[in-house]
Amino acid sequence: MSPQAELEDQIDTWRGYVQRRQAISLADVDELEDHLRGQVADLAATGLDDGEAFLIAITRLGNLDAVSREFAREHSERLWKQLALVPADPDSGAGHAWHELAVVLALAVGAGAALKAGGTWIHGSAAFARNAGLLVMPFVAAYFVWRRRVSTRVIVALLIAFAALATVLNVYPYASGGSTGTLAALHAPVIGWLVVGVAYVAGRWRSDARRMDFARFTGELAIYFALLAMGGGVLVGLTSGVLSMIGTDVQPVMQDWVLPFAVPGALVVAAWLVEAKKNVVENIAPVLTKIFTPLTIVMLLTVLAALATAGGLSNVNRDLLIVMDAVLILVECLLLYAISARDPLTRVGLFDALQLVLVVAALAVDAVMLTAMVTRIAEFGTSPNKLAALGLNLLLLVHLVGTAWATIWFLRGKRPFASLEHWQTRYLPAYGAWAAIVVVAFGPIFGFA
Amino acid sequence: MYGGHVRIDKDLVAASATPLVLGILSEGDLYGYAILKRVAELSGGRMEWTDGMLYPLLHRLERLGYVSSSWGTSDAGRRRKHYCLTAAGRELLSERQEQWTVVADALRQVWQTAQRPILADGMA
Repeated sequence: MSPQAELEDQIDTWRGYVQRRQAISLADVDELEDHLRGQVADLAATGLDDGEAFLIAITRLGNLDAVSREFAREHSERLWKQLALVPADPDSGAGHAWHELAVVLALAVGAGAALKAGGTWIHGSAAFARNAGLLVMPFVAAYFVWRRRVSTRVIVALLIAFAALATVLNVYPYASGGSTGTLAALHAPVIGWLVVGVAYVAGRWRSDARRMDFARFTGELAIYFALLAMGGGVLVGLTSGVLSMIGTDVQPVMQDWVLPFAVPGALVVAAWLVEAKKNVVENIAPVLTKIFTPLTIVMLLTVLAALATAGGLSNVNRDLLIVMDAVLILVECLLLYAISARDPLTRVGLFDALQLVLVVAALAVDAVMLTAMVTRIAEFGTSPNKLAALGLNLLLLVHLVGTAWATIWFLRGKRPFASLEHWQTRYLPAYGAWAAIVVVAFGPIFGFA
Repeated sequence: MYGGHVRIDKDLVAASATPLVLGILSEGDLYGYAILKRVAELSGGRMEWTDGMLYPLLHRLERLGYVSSSWGTSDAGRRRKHYCLTAAGRELLSERQEQWTVVADALRQVWQTAQRPILADGMA
């Protein structure tokens, strides 16, 4: 290696080392490097070789810890990770970022326009509810198609999937007020979202790692969407407050124009935010799982105790069963995000055991619910709603049993954490399959009642 | 920078760094390494600075509006950040100059009356 190349090599190593300091920005590293090179050149001119000159220059620059502390004192804001959506520095690819922002805004407006048009032209609120997700989700998928430069083959597959879903939802002659129509409206978004997932993973849906990425994305999206919704809610509330005091009634405008554009727009923008922040800002969903796992265990145990003391299971009414389904889905999400964030290489810890407690508690609740459902079906006969709920609970039961099984093996050190991860990601399509059965088959089976 | 015979106390370095940097910049725009070279020149190599500490100081002066900076290129074609004294910086410099003149005056007088080498332990 020539002395020159050796020096470049040393400077590169040093740069990498300095860049890891959060308080020292890239521009500062450039500035320090310029200093270092100036010093090395001057020292070399006095007769030292490059290696010696580099060592002396580094020493004079000072202890990196002390220097970076000094930088931190001056730039304390840098210790907070900043999400720069559009880089302020003009020569670091800002053009591309502005281009992306334009695409995102266009898609957000497009999603809003589609929903607004749907609201105007689709007759009946039930039909609109069935189609609402389908009007918005293709725009989220389109963002990933653009961002990931998805192949034409995958684009065609996505279009076919959305078209097929739209056809089923609109061609089936659902009876008005019937439960199969409502069930289809509830289950269609699950299918739609998995189709968005195919766009997110750029068609590589067989990969476990990509599936987990999509699960992480969904969790972060939910949180960012909630944040946007809260901020938007405050804005809308204040605006209508001010305007109503002046005597203008903004309610119709809010309902007819602001919400139909704001809600789908926020979804697209949230997708973009999550995508942009991926490497920069820590995921928040896993942090929340750490807080809520113990709390959810307490909640599940309370519910179990209440169910046990309430007497006969046949008294359990329908609304309670629906709420409990929501609870179990929440538990599944907690598990999924806790698992998605865990470093597979860290050793078994307390939290892993806590997770097993959560799974077992959820299993107990699910068992109680299944008993109640079977009792109800035996007593009152079957209905589309009951069958859909039964299917979902069986699905959750299998998921939980599998998770408990894999967690126990992992806790005993017999299997790697990856087997627990794989169980989660491989099971996800089952929910899509069940949703497809409910949407496609329940109508014809129950005469669209 | 270059270790001379007199080691200057850390606090004194910290106190004099700002007026020194501002004074050097008042002679013309410079980049970081050149500022340090000038410090070495002026003190005959006897003022020992930790080179890396100059930059947080420059950034602080920039944030407070006493200097402004711009990116240019060095002779070798690399990115180089130049600093330039602002009007506020000039004002601060003249203020500091007055203060230091008073201090230096007082010190000179006390050195004279106190008849230079007072080494109680007789280590002369």
